[in-house]
Amino acid sequence: MCRVVDLQQAVLAKNDATAEVLRKELAARGTAVVNVLSSPGSGKTALLEGELLLARERGVTAAALTADLATENDAVRLARSGLPVKQVLTDGLCHLEADMLAGHLHGWLAEDTRLVFVENVGNLVCPASYDLGEALRVVLASVTEGEDKPLKYPTAFGLAHLVIVTKTDIAEAVGFDEAAFRANVEQVNPGVDVVLTSARTGAGTGVLLDRALAAAEGTAVHMPVMAQARA
Amino acid sequence: MHEMSIALAVVDQVEEAARSHGATGVRTVRLRIGELAGVVPDALAFSFGLACTGTVVEGAELVTETVPGRARCASCDDEWAVGMPPRLICPVCDRATAELVSGRELLIAAVEWHDDPADPRVREPISQEG
Ligand SMILES: Nc1nc2c(ncn2[C@@H]2O[C@H](COP(=O)(O)OP(=O)(O)OP(=O)(O)O)[C@@H](O)[C@H]2O)c(=O)[nH]1
Ligand SMILES: [Mg+2]
Ligand SMILES: [Zn+2]
Ligand SMILES: [Zn+2]
Repeated sequence: MCRVVDLQQAVLAKNDATAEVLRKELAARGTAVVNVLSSPGSGKTALLEGELLLARERGVTAAALTADLATENDAVRLARSGLPVKQVLTDGLCHLEADMLAGHLHGWLAEDTRLVFVENVGNLVCPASYDLGEALRVVLASVTEGEDKPLKYPTAFGLAHLVIVTKTDIAEAVGFDEAAFRANVEQVNPGVDVVLTSARTGAGTGVLLDRALAAAEGTAVHMPVMAQARA
Repeated sequence: MHEMSIALAVVDQVEEAARSHGATGVRTVRLRIGELAGVVPDALAFSFGLACTGTVVEGAELVTETVPGRARCASCDDEWAVGMPPRLICPVCDRATAELVSGRELLIAAVEWHDDPADPRVREPISQEG
């Protein structure tokens, strides 16, 4: 005997449910997770170094968790801020999942922490599909990567609450076309803010910190078109 | 490649459903994957073959249906195929007032399986039976 059963189950239902629980739990105590996504080498760690230093200066209780396939280099760099930092080695996995993050935060995160910056694995494909329970999802692109990055990785850019351009100190040298980049972002994620930064010059440092604090206080973030329908 | 993680999640859910229905083997797993889901069907099919080894799902055929991305404009009510790369600004009024109608699906639509006639659970009627 053979039969067909109509399931209609979301494949990522478990991850999404775990993420939602984590988001609610953290929101209840005024904590926001910031999920930072980009290609390898776009400047995630460099950006976060600046934001963490500033957080420390301003007395904001922040922490950071950085995920890599190998090496503890990024954690060492971020820990120079003096804030709590944890390195997660993903054991070959190309992205973080909600239960992994929840497990790492449990018992480690101080109760009064306002912000948790999560540097996801450098990869614009896989991490885009996994909600980590973040209050703010940020996608980075450096000026060296080409203006069409948002069109090549529409799911990543299309689900961002904020887009950050990095390494603008070398924009001129590489001929970065800001208007073209902005138009491409707008095509896949109408209305999302695009912020220009440079870890070298310090331009734009603090924008992410301010947005993250606003999110922790419950201020509504940009709602991407792509995030509206999720079957 | 997160298709392996996705494949494992699919196998996990199908196994669970199969067990609860007393199925002894799975013939077909039907997925609906939206154009904007960020999943590559070919890579998923490859991973699926590996992920079901040693489970009740082993040997099952994976059939994926791609769901095109469509959006609707809240201002002028126009509806369009967003294409790839997707265009989410309204092509008629050029406004950023779109809502996504489809394209983000990542669903196990249906499963076809063999029953074990000796299992008493099989005799219970299944409401969703197709
Ligand atoms: N000129 C310039 N170089 C930068 C800037 N930010 C980062 N870099 C350089 O870009 C390279 C990569 O920076 P990281 O911060 O390690 O990038 P990442 O995204 O964390 O990299 P992964 O974690 O390996 O994916 C390093 O050589 C940095 O010095 C910047 O604002 N300007
Ligand atoms: Mg890094
Ligand atoms: Zn991957
Ligand atoms: Zn319109």
